[in-house]
Amino acid sequence: MSARKTERKVLLLQGNEALAEGALAAGCRFFAGYPITPASEIAEHMALKLPALGGSFIQMEDEIASMGAVIGASLAGVKAMTATSGPGFSLMQENIGYACMAETPCVVVDVMRGGPSTGLPTLASQGDVMQARWGTHGDHPVIVLAVSSVRDCFEIAVFAFNLSEKYRVPVIILSDEIVAHTRETFVLPSPDEIEVFDRVTPTVPPEWYLPYEDTGTGVPPMAAFGDGYRHHVTGLTHDERGFPTQRSDEIDAFMRRLFRKITQGFHEIQRVETFMMDDAEIAVIAYGSVARSSRRAVIEAREHGVKAGLLQLVTLFPFPRRYVEKVLNQCRAVLVPEMNIGQISREVKRVRINGSRVETLNRVDGRLITPREIGDCLIKMYY
Amino acid sequence: MAEGMTGLVHKYLRHDKKFPHIWCPGCGNGIVLGSLIRAIDRLGLDKNKVALVSGIGCAGRMTTYADFNTLHTPHGRALTFATGLKLSREDLTVIVIMGDGDATAIGGNHYIHSARRNVDMTAIIVNNQIYGMTGGQYSPTTPYGSKTTTTPYGMVEHAFDISALAVAAEASYVARGTVYHAALLDQLIESAIRKKGFSSVEVLSNCHTQFGRRNKMSSPVKMLEWFKENAVRMHATSKMKPEELQGKFIIGVLADSERPSYNEEYEKVRERARGISKEPNPPARCEG
Ligand SMILES: Cc1ncc(C[n+]2csc(CCOP(=O)(O)OP(=O)(O)O)c2C)c(N)n1
Ligand code: SF4
Ligand SMILES: [Mg+2]
Repeated sequence: MSARKTERKVLLLQGNEALAEGALAAGCRFFAGYPITPASEIAEHMALKLPALGGSFIQMEDEIASMGAVIGASLAGVKAMTATSGPGFSLMQENIGYACMAETPCVVVDVMRGGPSTGLPTLASQGDVMQARWGTHGDHPVIVLAVSSVRDCFEIAVFAFNLSEKYRVPVIILSDEIVAHTRETFVLPSPDEIEVFDRVTPTVPPEWYLPYEDTGTGVPPMAAFGDGYRHHVTGLTHDERGFPTQRSDEIDAFMRRLFRKITQGFHEIQRVETFMMDDAEIAVIAYGSVARSSRRAVIEAREHGVKAGLLQLVTLFPFPRRYVEKVLNQCRAVLVPEMNIGQISREVKRVRINGSRVETLNRVDGRLITPREIGDCLIKMYY
Repeated sequence: MAEGMTGLVHKYLRHDKKFPHIWCPGCGNGIVLGSLIRAIDRLGLDKNKVALVSGIGCAGRMTTYADFNTLHTPHGRALTFATGLKLSREDLTVIVIMGDGDATAIGGNHYIHSARRNVDMTAIIVNNQIYGMTGGQYSPTTPYGSKTTTTPYGMVEHAFDISALAVAAEASYVARGTVYHAALLDQLIESAIRKKGFSSVEVLSNCHTQFGRRNKMSSPVKMLEWFKENAVRMHATSKMKPEELQGKFIIGVLADSERPSYNEEYEKVRERARGISKEPNPPARCEG
């Protein structure tokens, strides 16, 4: 034990590198990607580190192919990830839907930059929030997490892999150009400090195996290709055995199970952080790099006598409604600063039941919202 | 033979639930599936170690019926999924079934790059020169002048030569066969699977329902006769003049070369990264 503790290393890392390190610590052994600013360092780090760990890195011909290869690797029993930015994230949507349908664990990182289209390759944005939620067609649940610091990048990467393995879903990590390229010192946890969850595999004999069986958790055990559990995987809506079906009872049961398995896990999927919320009368609800500005803004506002607090959303979807509701009930006003014209603020307004005041603060010029801007808003709203 | 084939059907096809199949009576897809399982049987592969991957289309449905690890992917993407599978599970024999639209329209880029990259897998392209499943629209391999539901006045684009594409991208093994020449097809598929690196087998197949019916070949027999009359064996081409080859297509092995597969190359990368390999990094090479 004590010998292992010495494995703790202090590193100066940028967000992208920390994210790659987190993925490796979670057991990721396959990465496929296509270069794009501001996400490329994740691929570069994986290209450097994976081979010695016995894993594989491959640069595919585009992001559609990258996402396909990631799903293929996951079906072979290997934890797999890809990373991209807006234009590539758009191309991945088709196969992200496949991963939802075939319940294939994988992690997709979108380091957000300004959009739409080629947009602002080197400048930050939070414009892809709703695309992360609804980017692929069809009704489906999804898990979306947001990172705000180098430490987050590492920890959330582990969390994302654990959730994807546990719930058999693609998990999307939203980073942004600022988080990706900020360098901070970071104490790399030793392996025994990191909790890693591996997918449940079947224990029944192959003849009994139903790859899409309903279980108490709604998550069926997953066999890897090549392990003797020959089965069929398809993007067509399928029955418990994985074969295409048009029977309404089977379709309905399947679709509802997809949602139920996530709903049943809300308690552990939905993660938030609170800062100075105990006696707060006014709150900021923020995520990603804006959450860091908000933290600073709360401190400064308090210096002006404003009883402010912060609710930082780590999980964006499934939307952590119960935490937001609690803040809306406690505070007389809430500010939602975002680097878009208002994507999470819509969600906040959607769950508002008591008519509490929700204000927005938006920047879409590629620049981070500053603590001063947020602080000024809080002071104005408070007095 | 019938008994032997019946035995193979029981051994390699899924018994329950998934029959009858969706294909039209007389469709060439059945012949391709037959060839594939004969080849696999002759190779003596363990069913648990075979992954059959397909895209979307009539050909893509083959994975539903065969009793292997089967993966039915989105339209055009089969090779990308197969790449991830093969890189993560070396012990799997990966075989990919695609339609002509699947492999050369929506998945054309994946096909070219898979051939170039040389991951150890076998692509079988069922080229029926049409979009069968969606109702007979033209594909990149529909012959010039043909009638399809989206070329009611005749096809004015020129067809891709799928196998030439694979040869140009330097796939390790490239072959073309037809569903008429079934014995040859068995051999081609068998050699392709045996080959290390990327192999491509293009199979001219009959879609009498969507292609033949609109182009004066409304029965499977007429289409098979067309394959018989227009196919030229590779070894016979050396004695033929270019004019004689006009409108014909060559069947047999079109390319067969030795080149380390991506998998072998990547194993060297792992050794270099671990510091095990004494071998220096490969010298940069201008391939111009
Ligand atoms: C992204 C996408 N676009 C279009 C389709 C509709 N579609 C299904 S099969 C098919 C064409 C199939 O033609 P081919 O690949 O030649 O296979 P065949 O049916 O002839 O065997 C198309 C366009 C689809 N499933 N997905
Ligand atoms: S439409 Fe054509 S390719 Fe499809 S099953 Fe019928 S004959 Fe075969
Ligand atoms: Mg076709």
